[in-house]
Amino acid sequence: MQDVNAAPTTASMPARLLNRSIGKKLLMSLSGLVLLGYVVGHLIGNLQIFVGQNALNAYAVFLRSIGAWLWIIRAFLLGMLIIHVWFAVKLYFENRSARPIRYKRKVYQEATLSSRTMIWTGIGVFLFVVYHLLHFTFIVTNPQYSHLEDALGRHDVYSMVILGFQNYLISAVYLVSIAIVSYHLVHAAKSMFQTWGLNDTNFEKILRPATVIFAWLILLGYIAIPIAVLAGIVKLPEGVI
Amino acid sequence: MNLTLYVWRQKDAKDKGYMEKFDAKDISPDMSFLEMLDVVNEELESQGKDPIAFDSDCREGICGMCSLNINGVAHGPERATAACQLHMRHFKDGDTIYIEPWRARAFPVVKDLIVDRSAFDRIIEAGGYISVGTGGAPDANAIPISKDDAETAFDAAACIGCGACVAACKNASAMLFVAAKVSHLVNLPQGKVEAKRRVVNMVAQMDKEGFGNCTNYYECQAACPKEISVKFIAQMNREYLRSLRYKDK
Ligand code: HEM
Ligand code: SF4
Ligand code: FES
Repeated sequence: MQDVNAAPTTASMPARLLNRSIGKKLLMSLSGLVLLGYVVGHLIGNLQIFVGQNALNAYAVFLRSIGAWLWIIRAFLLGMLIIHVWFAVKLYFENRSARPIRYKRKVYQEATLSSRTMIWTGIGVFLFVVYHLLHFTFIVTNPQYSHLEDALGRHDVYSMVILGFQNYLISAVYLVSIAIVSYHLVHAAKSMFQTWGLNDTNFEKILRPATVIFAWLILLGYIAIPIAVLAGIVKLPEGVI
Repeated sequence: MNLTLYVWRQKDAKDKGYMEKFDAKDISPDMSFLEMLDVVNEELESQGKDPIAFDSDCREGICGMCSLNINGVAHGPERATAACQLHMRHFKDGDTIYIEPWRARAFPVVKDLIVDRSAFDRIIEAGGYISVGTGGAPDANAIPISKDDAETAFDAAACIGCGACVAACKNASAMLFVAAKVSHLVNLPQGKVEAKRRVVNMVAQMDKEGFGNCTNYYECQAACPKEISVKFIAQMNREYLRSLRYKDK
């Protein structure tokens, strides 16, 4: 047991971030914000599939052309993901132990379902990220489409994506996963502002609907890709397989 | 009206505790919730049984002693109402009512529905004050304070320290209470002097007591009998961010 009567020690700045509830939330929120930026940026990149094979493959070549920077960015994002997951799990267990005996009856009045399920949607997002990297980045799960090249001899990302999503099971996994990501964002995008102290009663009235619309845009943007492939709107170019 | 109650019974802090069923008969809709419990207790005492222990003092919504989780909601179904001001007319004849104590590691049960909220006192001791030399009362308007600041500070100062915010929060977080105290003082010129040390130390003590972390559920403001707004939590977060590099001299 800690001695609760001892005068609080004024901790150093790193300790104020790492060991105090508000500090931990700030780190969680900062890492979440970076991941959020990635989710938006990645969507804009991916939507180039609607422009055509050339655009998407050129984009992939561009990403690889920045060389070391690509790895620095990837390492940074991975670091942020690790921080985010670490604190998510830590806060989850701390919060559970703050109420060792549960209520027999508990009715929520204001806490939304999306806010109460953050840890579960978060774990869903994490599993999806692992699968997604194995699928498209490290090309472990479907290696048969990994060595395609387009007419200019570039890695044919365009055809790889289409062949992937033509499989109903794979498309279904993506649809469900993207829905989980978006649901995480419904609370996340709003909660961030509160954590950073940028919220007040009037702003909250705009923020709530704005974050729901934002989450829908992310959802629709991402699922448009597998749906367009399955509906035959985005087609394989001539000569692939 | 007649009601069926399920009430948490626990002999002392070490006892495991259980829910006990009671029949509350001939309850007037004009009674307050606590008066209803008084009636049940009189009946229990007349039978030589141990009455249900619960906290109360002012019974007019200002002291913050009453602390009942009623049908899964801290202070019961009426918004902006402490349990002592909740009237039985908000229930129907034949209703079943579950009554439980505040549940939090930092608020251990003393007996039945009574919990120990001294954790809140220690948070106040950690910084919920201003340091002034006492003496003759200063002139009321010696320090000019804008109407807006005065109103905001007063909204925060309305907190009665009941702990319903902790009880309602899924994480048993005390953020609304601490935020109310921090904001009450920091919105006034007298409170600005020690603002940084205050927020750092109060948050440190809050964590030490074993309260949970805030997930921004906003369940606290829904339960608060004084309608303390979560905007004060945003303000405390802001104050905390500003104080990250503060050093105690
Ligand atoms: C695309 C990836 C992700 C993004 C964009 C994201 C974004 C965010 C943001 C912005 C917040 C709000 C922080 C705040 O309240 O200030 C948040 C909270 C949260 N995230 Fe994530 N997140 C992602 C992945 C994950 C993963 C993989 C987990 C793993 C378990 C997770 C678990 C959580 C939890 C539990 C919270 C709530 C923490 C709390 O307030 O108690 N998230 N997320
Ligand atoms: S903030 Fe509201 S619910 Fe919490 S202790 Fe103060 S009055 Fe009670
Ligand atoms: S008994 Fe004083 S507030 Fe309820």
